[in-house]
Amino acid sequence: MSGQQTASRSQGRAAAVGGWARRWAANLGPGGMVSAGVVLLVVLAALVPGLFAPGDPTAVAPAQAYQPPGPGAVFGTDASGRDVYTRVVHGAGQSLGVGAAATAIGLGLGLLLGFGAALGPRWLDGALSRVIEVLFALPSLVLALLLVSVLGAGVGPSVLAVGLATAPGYARILRARAQSVVHSPYVTAARLEGVSAPEAFFLHVVPNTLWPLIAVGTLGIGQAIVWVSALSYLGLGALPPSPEWGAMLNAGRLHITSSWWLTVAPGLAITAAAAALTMLGRRLSAVEPA
Amino acid sequence: MRAVLRWLLGRLAAAALVAWVVATVVFFALRAAGGDPSEAILGGPGSQASEESMARVRQEYSLDEPLIVQYLLQLARTVTFQLGDSYARRLPVSELIGDQLPGTLALAGLGLVLAWALALAVATLAVSARGPIARRAVGLLRGGEVVASVMPHFWLGAVLIAVFAGGLGWLPATSSDNSLRSLLLPAVTLAVPVAGFLGQVMRDGLEEAHAAPFATTARTRGASERRVLWAHSLRHAALPAIALSGWAFGSLLSGAVVVETLFGRPGLGRLLIDATHARDVPLVIGVVLVIALGYVVVMSVADLLERVVDPRLRGRVEAVRTAPEGEVVS
Repeated sequence: MSGQQTASRSQGRAAAVGGWARRWAANLGPGGMVSAGVVLLVVLAALVPGLFAPGDPTAVAPAQAYQPPGPGAVFGTDASGRDVYTRVVHGAGQSLGVGAAATAIGLGLGLLLGFGAALGPRWLDGALSRVIEVLFALPSLVLALLLVSVLGAGVGPSVLAVGLATAPGYARILRARAQSVVHSPYVTAARLEGVSAPEAFFLHVVPNTLWPLIAVGTLGIGQAIVWVSALSYLGLGALPPSPEWGAMLNAGRLHITSSWWLTVAPGLAITAAAAALTMLGRRLSAVEPA
Repeated sequence: MRAVLRWLLGRLAAAALVAWVVATVVFFALRAAGGDPSEAILGGPGSQASEESMARVRQEYSLDEPLIVQYLLQLARTVTFQLGDSYARRLPVSELIGDQLPGTLALAGLGLVLAWALALAVATLAVSARGPIARRAVGLLRGGEVVASVMPHFWLGAVLIAVFAGGLGWLPATSSDNSLRSLLLPAVTLAVPVAGFLGQVMRDGLEEAHAAPFATTARTRGASERRVLWAHSLRHAALPAIALSGWAFGSLLSGAVVVETLFGRPGLGRLLIDATHARDVPLVIGVVLVIALGYVVVMSVADLLERVVDPRLRGRVEAVRTAPEGEVVS
């Protein structure tokens, strides 16, 4: 393959990406715009929390404990007098991080299983598909708990457990996708033209299978945030002094009726982030690359 | 008759497969955890299990045998439901599960009924909407469905407790028995996210059915909109929702884990959480197995129901749909 061909090929791909991004922006709609805004805010809070909350999330002030929301503290204060708003903002990084990490583990493993099933021999596909279906049948949280019971509690194990528990779902989507691409006319045409099997795999199958992953991954991060924070809420993930949203909920658990803001504020953050990521993921998947 | 037999065999195979997967995952996870598996079964390095109990576990789980023999024995135990004793509670696992099962089934059952009722109400309201303002409201409703479907149980439940138990004082904040008063808040908490999913599916189905030729035919014959909806469209819209009920039940059970903890309610979910905290591996395996098999049973019932509602499916061998399209986790 000459250098010129490579250049024009990558140029063509860049143009395709540009066109897709434009079409996607045009198709976002009002709901999608709001979601994109919320996601942007969460990402910004994760990267530079000081921008929204300059205070220290761990600064204790026992005299100010259990202050209800008011002018001094928008979301009130917790048992040690720490500002709940500051903690929610500073928790964005950890919550988004664990969600993304769990999704990366799930996607990576799903990629391996899904591609193995779609590209391997028929018996492998049959065996893997069966296993994937059964694992998918187990509720993710239950599967994650099974893994945590063996691996032990903590941030690392809970992220790993959620990642492993979501892998079958990704494998399922990826297998179907890779299979439809492998049997598509353009791959057959390329093979007939003399393109070798590995080259066809990297040139056609990989890019066309991975495209939809952006949408699936966005959706997945939203769901992973909810599952990881559920584990923290149950006391099996991040532990209370940390401003991770699930851990904050765990700390507020016993004060629901007296200090509702301890629960409402971080829960609102989880729900908003998850809903926005889900909505955005759906909009993304509605506009497929040509 | 042969079709029925084939169907039953298929269901049994599915159940066996579930047992195999649970046994395999546990087997390899226990080895991957590192250290002595007998220690892991007894609650990890922190538990400081005595030499005698470790020797007992080693014998019970045949840990001195070659790996392949250990694996086959684990399979045999799982398939024959020899769940063993809980190490934290020193009681047979089957007994512990049997005690907790009814409460969780009552909760998940009521949750499923509420979810269906909510989804049905939302979907029928949406397709009956006329006029620009109503259409706009339906647009908002779509967003509401998405928000409802991702809403974490632990948060929704906490808000419901704060409002209805704390603020208004109408219902108890903790739930201990199976009376309706005590079940209502936890069941609503479970139902809302599932209703969000089912509502989307049902609304899409109803909208599609309303535009289908058979609906037009019924209208030209003089049927009222209400009759078209209830006598013709609903049957079609219900199908995908029924197919998803198996999935929904799984979602309700994993929700029950959180909701039972939140409302201080005894049940299978609480048992699973406590066992996970104590790293009581035999008990965890038992609960997971029961939940997974429950899922197979519910899927089979959903499959049968689908055939009752749609005669076209009666020749089909196996259930097809297991999850909402594009959903990654159940």
